[in-house]
Amino acid sequence: MDSTFVDTPPTSQGGVPDSRPEHPPEIPLAIHDLTVAYHRKPVLWDVELNIPEGKLVGIVGPNGAGKSTLLKACLDLVPITSGWAHVYGKSYKKHRHLVGYVPQRESVDWDFPVSALDVVAMGTYRHIGWFRRVGKKQKEAARDALEQVGIGHLADRQISQLSGGQQQRVFLARALVQDAQLYLMDEPFAAVDAATEQAIVALLRELNARGKTVLVVHHDLATVSKYFDWLVLLNMRVVASGPTEETFTRENLQKTYGGKLDLLEDAAEALRHVV
Amino acid sequence: MNWDTYDTWTVVVGILCAVACALPGCFLVLRKMSMMGDAISHAVLPGLAVAFMITGARASVSMFIGAVIAGILTAVFTQWISKFGNVDRGAAMGIVFTTLFAIGLILIRRAADHVDLDPGCVLYGAIEMTPWDTVGLGGYQIPRAVLVVGSVLVINLVIVCLLFKEFRLSAFDPDLAETLGFSSNFLHYLLMTMVAITTVAAFEAVGSIIVIAMLIVPPATALLLTRRLVPMVIVAVITASAAAVLGHMSALTVPQWLGYKSTTTSGMMAAASGLLFALAWIFSPSEGIIQKMLHRKRNLLEFGITDGEEPDRVQENENL
Repeated sequence: MDSTFVDTPPTSQGGVPDSRPEHPPEIPLAIHDLTVAYHRKPVLWDVELNIPEGKLVGIVGPNGAGKSTLLKACLDLVPITSGWAHVYGKSYKKHRHLVGYVPQRESVDWDFPVSALDVVAMGTYRHIGWFRRVGKKQKEAARDALEQVGIGHLADRQISQLSGGQQQRVFLARALVQDAQLYLMDEPFAAVDAATEQAIVALLRELNARGKTVLVVHHDLATVSKYFDWLVLLNMRVVASGPTEETFTRENLQKTYGGKLDLLEDAAEALRHVV
Repeated sequence: MNWDTYDTWTVVVGILCAVACALPGCFLVLRKMSMMGDAISHAVLPGLAVAFMITGARASVSMFIGAVIAGILTAVFTQWISKFGNVDRGAAMGIVFTTLFAIGLILIRRAADHVDLDPGCVLYGAIEMTPWDTVGLGGYQIPRAVLVVGSVLVINLVIVCLLFKEFRLSAFDPDLAETLGFSSNFLHYLLMTMVAITTVAAFEAVGSIIVIAMLIVPPATALLLTRRLVPMVIVAVITASAAAVLGHMSALTVPQWLGYKSTTTSGMMAAASGLLFALAWIFSPSEGIIQKMLHRKRNLLEFGITDGEEPDRVQENENL
């Protein structure tokens, strides 16, 4: 895919004093005091988070920890009770062109009458704008993106005829054509076959190598240290956030997963890979 | 069969109604909001009645506006109740539209004491009567219903053509639409407005119950026959027109075979779309039950698979 990074936001190097020194002004994602509640029940509580540029970030935590909600709050998809989330120093509305979102695969109806190519082309709609049609250029970009995730030959298939792994690749290709700086991915590894998992990892690394920042909600503790160089442990609050080798500790996992013993077993198993 | 100009006009009105309904209907079906059409078409009733009581005139512009407002309010109230009352959207819809419809019926009964707003017409319409109510246009006498429904059809066609990409996106993945800057809320209420305008325009001809058949059945039929959106809309339009023609013809002929006089056209149009749906369901090359039975048999013979699982998916699982 042709990717020129003209819209890279300027990074401040002069160390300009900021009124909120705890959040460097132009990092990909800065979250301050974020609280989200559904029907008066808090899902996220006082979340403080800085995601530095160019990291491959994993977000882990037990079910109901608010991982998906955190991504959605950053994208203005759920109402924020208090606090804020800034993308490259501005609200999401002002910088939406810098963000690519990969929702959970089950969030859409795969029987919908569209082809794989149609779905990928949706990633270009912001560029096209209201009223105008999808042009040849956009279809070309979509085809390239499908090629890049290894399913170029399935472009004209109706999406219900794809396997779970292929559907996940379609979603990734759709994020690719958005040509964003920051990618937010919700469980891209959920229920995919081994080949797709490897293809996704390769793609994440390539995005990372091109200087993109990628946030991935992840559920498999065994692969955390292999896939991610930055880790956020979340359970309603941020338990820990930082380089994986510092944050992926028994103590932090215990704090995150609490008394869920079977999960702790998994964690212990995962830690054996680290040490 | 005794066919005259009035029959032709009846069919024209039927086709215009059916096609005008099928366009927003496609997106209602894809958004899994088919029953919203039901809710809106019922809930326009108090709007019609209130506007009639205020202005005292039938078939006026104000009546149209009143009904459209009532229709949009249905969508708004449903959203509110499901959001703040923490109830499922289907339940919220049931609360809103039955209440509004009941109020509408009461208002009409009150008004019907001195004018002709007949509850029967409200439910099934009076499409056979539409050719008699004409207006002069360029020297010709054209049924008013043709003009009203025709203009709504043109409006729907323009909106669907202009916003086809946006409707497709927000129906498939409303969250993505939102993150890309296409307000799902705006598109939702635009579609609801289209449904409201269409049901109100079609109201006089086909009433508030038959209109649901026109909104939902042709798109559902099309979805059985094709797996692409553009062909789906086209097939829905064709099915809708075919059902309208078939409906009027069978309304004239079928009862005679049984020794009765002709029956109501709008009812037969709905029955005809039901019949077309059944045919599609049985014979569709991709989704039809015959095709599925053949498929299962073939799988059984070739792969020994009995649970209908796709062979290539089985292969993939083996890679794990």
